[in-house]
Amino acid sequence: MNYETVIGLEVHVELKTEAKVFCGCAARFGAEPNTHVCPGCLGMPGVLPVLNKKAVEFCIKAGLALQCRIAPFSMFDRKQYFYPDLPQAYQISQGDLPLCTGGGLKIVTPGGEEKIIRLNRIHLEEEAGRTYHSGAGATGYSLLDFNRSGLPLIEIVTEPDLRSPAEAKIFLEKLQEILRYIEVSDCKMEEGSFRCDANISVRPAGSQEFGRRMEIKNLNSFKAIQSALTYEANRLGSLLAAGTPPEQEESRGWDETRGMTFFMRPKEKATDYRYFPDPDLPPLVIAEEWVEEIRAGLPELPEEKKARYMEEYGLSAQDADLLGSSRETAEFFEATLRLYSGEVKTVANWVMGEFARLLNLEKLTPIQSKLEPEALAAMLQMIDAGEISGKIAKTVFEEMFYSGKPPREIVAEKGLAQISDESQLVVLVREILAQHPGPVADYRAGKTKALGFLVGQVMKETKGQANPGLVNKLLREELEKLP
Amino acid sequence: MKLEKEEVKRLAELARFELSEEEAAEFSHQLSEVLAYTGQVREAPVEGEKPAIHLLSLTNVLRDDEVKPSLPREEALANAPHREEGFFRVPKILEES
Repeated sequence: MNYETVIGLEVHVELKTEAKVFCGCAARFGAEPNTHVCPGCLGMPGVLPVLNKKAVEFCIKAGLALQCRIAPFSMFDRKQYFYPDLPQAYQISQGDLPLCTGGGLKIVTPGGEEKIIRLNRIHLEEEAGRTYHSGAGATGYSLLDFNRSGLPLIEIVTEPDLRSPAEAKIFLEKLQEILRYIEVSDCKMEEGSFRCDANISVRPAGSQEFGRRMEIKNLNSFKAIQSALTYEANRLGSLLAAGTPPEQEESRGWDETRGMTFFMRPKEKATDYRYFPDPDLPPLVIAEEWVEEIRAGLPELPEEKKARYMEEYGLSAQDADLLGSSRETAEFFEATLRLYSGEVKTVANWVMGEFARLLNLEKLTPIQSKLEPEALAAMLQMIDAGEISGKIAKTVFEEMFYSGKPPREIVAEKGLAQISDESQLVVLVREILAQHPGPVADYRAGKTKALGFLVGQVMKETKGQANPGLVNKLLREELEKLP
Repeated sequence: MKLEKEEVKRLAELARFELSEEEAAEFSHQLSEVLAYTGQVREAPVEGEKPAIHLLSLTNVLRDDEVKPSLPREEALANAPHREEGFFRVPKILEES
């Protein structure tokens, strides 16, 4: 029997506002424990939460980029559960009236098929604190840091439209790309600002009913997501094949070291959270004008950008993808294009090649690097004008990347200008010919390959600075002149 | 309106209260009376009225995205019965496995 895997995701994304969502504490990662806390985010009695406007805007922005309907009226509810990192013993979230509903994201499946993954909703809520477990056995205890408590969080809930762990991974990568593009979150899985729970079930292929679903909690790397879902799909498939389908819905964890999921608890019913309207927070009424204002501020999204790169610049799908996937890279590329009159492909190659290599090596983003589009454009113009060779340009580029100096200054300082002075080069060419009688004889005997060797010698002698075209021409002329 | 003993036990479980059989029976009785009293509101004539979704008539009370000073850590931890290196220290949270 063939089985079909059905997956739906709940993705939690921390928004990068300056302050927390209901108080004025700084929303910053990595500070000393309990230094960004106040009576509000510590859940002390008598405090009043007041909603951060930017968090609302970021949530709407995400909703618009993901084709959601923005609710003209939405509300905040209290979701009750007990965990020490939740100081009020309830989380302010949105229940049946979330800020964004519907929507979807187009992915290309591993099979090359285009497919829309529908969204159920996006809602705004607050983040819990962080727990660290310490000690072992009976002497163990937990340590709490509330810096994260009250950070603005959006939860993006998909419909069960994903059909394999690979599709889930593709969806998440795409989602991350878009959210970074619209600059509402850093989406750093390793810092926990982008993480997901996955609901997965398995059913006989062709069946219309869903199998019993398992929720896998806190998947915080792309690798974990794919491995955990693959493991769980196989486990559920084996249970079905053995005629012993799971008896209850479960919350399960992922054990990275053992490479398996494990039972945590039976899944609580949604009503167990006893949602009720938070009396401290008035409802949100979102005017059409506000939504349109936010829509107008949206950048060109990755899909649109890639399509334009292919259409307008004639780039391949692969190049368009590489240049368009990160907003910083795309902006660097486009800024350089505006300043440079040569071939688009030349700029694309430098950005995807040397620039990407050095960024990768130094673990920097385009904005963090010292290289400016002006400098790259100027350098490319120097190549076109024959002032430096393509080979020397790599040296110049690296120096620009690390020092931020303009290319002309680097070339002058290091004496890297291309030697195009014929009278200077011809002397060198004659010397080289005298030093290498063997290859010279080869060339004269018709082995034209020997010319390459001789060009190489001149280039070596000039540390790559000789104008290769000119060297080639001079060598031929001088070889002709030999008796 | 009646709140059965089983429902009281379920609520107690959700709220992490431990109740004896006697207490469950007593609360079932008391809470049923409270519900009967507040339940009178259901008899109000609401034909043609819009449902009240929220207690407040206010909407959109928002703050700007500005950082305000936080509490000094000493003050934040002042009431903590146990602490360790700037953290609140609490009994071990059972890791379900």
